Amino acid sequence: MSPDNKPVPLLAVEDLAVEFRTRSGTVQALDGIGFGLRRGETLALVGESGSGKSVTAYAIMGILDPAARITSGRIVFGGLDLLQAGEKAMAEMRGRELAIIFQNPRTALNPIRPVGRQIADILIRHGNVTAAQAPRRAVEMLAKVRIPDPQRRAAAYPFELSGGMCQRVMIAMALACEPALLIADEPTTGLDITTQAVIMDLIAELAASQHMATLLITHDLGLASEYCDRIAVMHAGHLVEMAPTPLLFAAPRHPYTAKLIAATPAEASHLGRLAAIPGSLPDLRRADLPACRYSERCERVTSDCQEMPLLRLTAADGRQFACRHPL
Amino acid sequence: MSADRPVLAVTGLRKLYPMGKMRGVSRGAAASLLHAVDGVSFAIGHGETVGLVGESGCGKSTLARLLARLIDPTEGTIQLEDEEISAVPARRFGRSPLRAQIQMVFQDATDSLNPRFTAFRAIADPLLRLRRLSHAALRARVEEAARLTGLPQELLTRFPHQLSGGQKARVGIARAIAVEPRVLILDEPTSALDVSVQVVILQLLAELRQRLDLSYLFVSHDLNVVRLLCDRILVMYLGHIVESGPAGRLFAAPAHPYTQALLSAVPKIGSCGRQQRIGLPGEPRSPIDPAPDICPFYGRCSRATELCKSAMPPLRDIAPGRHAVCYFPIVEAAGAGADSPVAVAIA
Amino acid sequence: MTAALRHAGYVLGENPVTGFAFALFFLFVLCGVLGPSLAPYHPLASDTALALTGPSAAHWFGTDQLGRDIFSRVVVATRLDLGIAATSVALAFGIGTLLGLAAGYCGGWIDRIVGRVVDTIMAFPLFVLAMGIVVALGNSVANIIYATAIINLPIYARLARAEANVRRDAGFVEAARLCGNGEARIVLAQLLPNIMPLMVVQVSLTLGYAILNAAGLSFIGLGVRPPTAEWGIMVAEGANFIVSGEWWVALFPGLVLMGAVFCFNLMGDGLRDIVDPLRRT
Repeated sequence: MSPDNKPVPLLAVEDLAVEFRTRSGTVQALDGIGFGLRRGETLALVGESGSGKSVTAYAIMGILDPAARITSGRIVFGGLDLLQAGEKAMAEMRGRELAIIFQNPRTALNPIRPVGRQIADILIRHGNVTAAQAPRRAVEMLAKVRIPDPQRRAAAYPFELSGGMCQRVMIAMALACEPALLIADEPTTGLDITTQAVIMDLIAELAASQHMATLLITHDLGLASEYCDRIAVMHAGHLVEMAPTPLLFAAPRHPYTAKLIAATPAEASHLGRLAAIPGSLPDLRRADLPACRYSERCERVTSDCQEMPLLRLTAADGRQFACRHPL
Repeated sequence: MSADRPVLAVTGLRKLYPMGKMRGVSRGAAASLLHAVDGVSFAIGHGETVGLVGESGCGKSTLARLLARLIDPTEGTIQLEDEEISAVPARRFGRSPLRAQIQMVFQDATDSLNPRFTAFRAIADPLLRLRRLSHAALRARVEEAARLTGLPQELLTRFPHQLSGGQKARVGIARAIAVEPRVLILDEPTSALDVSVQVVILQLLAELRQRLDLSYLFVSHDLNVVRLLCDRILVMYLGHIVESGPAGRLFAAPAHPYTQALLSAVPKIGSCGRQQRIGLPGEPRSPIDPAPDICPFYGRCSRATELCKSAMPPLRDIAPGRHAVCYFPIVEAAGAGADSPVAVAIA
Repeated sequence: MTAALRHAGYVLGENPVTGFAFALFFLFVLCGVLGPSLAPYHPLASDTALALTGPSAAHWFGTDQLGRDIFSRVVVATRLDLGIAATSVALAFGIGTLLGLAAGYCGGWIDRIVGRVVDTIMAFPLFVLAMGIVVALGNSVANIIYATAIINLPIYARLARAEANVRRDAGFVEAARLCGNGEARIVLAQLLPNIMPLMVVQVSLTLGYAILNAAGLSFIGLGVRPPTAEWGIMVAEGANFIVSGEWWVALFPGLVLMGAVFCFNLMGDGLRDIVDPLRRT
């Protein structure tokens, strides 16, 4: 327990900065990312493409592209700084304590191995399960994720299963060893809407029963609002706002958050209510990026916003936002 | 919305694909048939935007391609105003003067643009093939189409890989409107785009239909988008249209159990905490050789009875302009029809 | 146009080896075009008094057994060798690509027939097949060209077929049909430009192989006959003198031959960088 009697966060990301070296320049993908996540909590990382949400997830898992360089920050997970831990330690953590499910389930599974075997592989590697017991446990996991006729399906190959079922298999693999943190990177993009609902309900239920922390990466505000306790909004590599879900929608503080909500079809009662977000994402390869990367698109901008360093504020109710002229 | 005659009328459309290998040239026994589109009838009025929703495998993409005359129907007719366009085989439709009347905007703009063509060449393509224009007139028309879709003139010389997602989407739309079609079929035009770009494109589409007096068939899986853009909605399931009606009414009070389940699955902002969801157990039935006497939704429906698997439910009028293919549609008003099957009344 | 040239310059500047290959290529083409005017001596002029003299100021590559200037012969042979190679590759490319495109795009019986033809050709060791064709049809330059074209046809056919197959369901093909393009026009105007980069690379590689093939056939006595100057024949004649110490008779033609093949291979990559719009900044 920490001094103010709140449980110590399971995951604490502090001042994380990542850049990518490419032929056309250095892309400053992330800058000053910081957030915490407690056991049993669900946090959504929301943003458009290019906002850096997947990069954050991959940085936590330690699976960034070789061209990536983490230039600053700490990722403290259960007391251990993941960025300092060696590859061997990370390999141990992945699968056992940290798990991730990816966007395109069919391509994330090994196409030439039956799904039951793939789950068994994880159990054997990380779960202290013997090779003899693993197949049976794999079938149990399949049943847990509500795949009908799990005994028979365990012998199926990924191409024989539908998208929704492949995603369930991925969930089974991710949760096989009851990790403390699950990262879900756009887990339902590409799935039908009814399947999406079922998969998200399943994740929520399993997370609750295992008291697992969930980090949901998505571009869909509606999805985030329905399944997550807190939402963190990202823009161009910055975390611009973080707040408990009801507060975020009731009264967004950062102008980008407000614009994002206004651009979501789910929120609008008719077409005239939808508002586009002016401007476009700044090129992250520029050397002259302003301190606030939203300033070039913002209608509340003043010279302070671009010259002085980015101001990160924490309000009394625990909300965080990075703006000099919040709403 | 002047004429009482619809701009596009579809009657009894079916598309069946033979499955499985047939050994030898002709061996008596019929192969299995996949019923991609199984008896679809509807109409689109002048200036109307009709939304077509359904999940993967329901046949909406096949239906879109049938209407765009990229593939031939197995049965049924498609009428574009006075002309029966289904009579001309797809192979020869490209040379027909009607080709320009019905155009399509694709889901993946990147995939639908030839990587070796500049934006100008891509937009000029239909004009080159379907219109006789002088060089100057062609140029003027392409620039006009670009202007209408908000594509800056200097981007016309660029290749697709030099354009952003939103810009590519605009090129796709400009190409479709260049030949001044009457009907535009939009196959999920914004699903691959970012939220902010999506807004811009949707507003563009709304403006274009007003300006150019277009009718749209908007195919999408995103119910929120469909709700905003469409006048009328068709809900498709397993090759059948199970419900149709005005957008507002359909969203407020769905009549078919599938529509209801679909709407309850859409995540809503501000609901914070799982709402009461209508679960759909299992998976859709196979579209291969479906039994013709069972309701396609039987097996996943909470309102099903013995009747539902003994005969295909008829098309019922729920209200003026609203239809559902169901014995037990969800009708909010008390009275006949709520829980007992009533004799059919088709408008 | 200028943008294309600028890009070409950029590519060549970026990769000096490619630049070198292009420079060498132009040199070869120059030799081929100007040929006899560049040669200091007439290629057939023999002076037996000077037979088998080594490289010197008067004869840069020395003289052969009939006293002919090897340098002049090598320069003049460039036209013949490049001509044979270019013509046969043009034939193989033209016919092979069309067949492959038709097979890959249409499928069905076209695919089956083209497949059988290609498989039959590839069943033979290609050089042996070329030999067989030349022997059967007769010993002439035209027949070397046909033989080389035939044995190189399968590569183009297969490549074009594979590329057409991948692209036949692409979105832009459907869009092209919506625009009123007929099937033939789709294949020629829409698909062909897309597969050109790969085909161009293949052309360059095949040119190298075709030169080797022509030289090889001449080496074993089929095809070009003495006293015509041709690299292969010159290497063959020179081979007799290696043991007795007159190394220059075989070496210089061999080096030039090697240089030509080397340069075409390198050019292939450079050409693709220039032609493929995906690589353009």
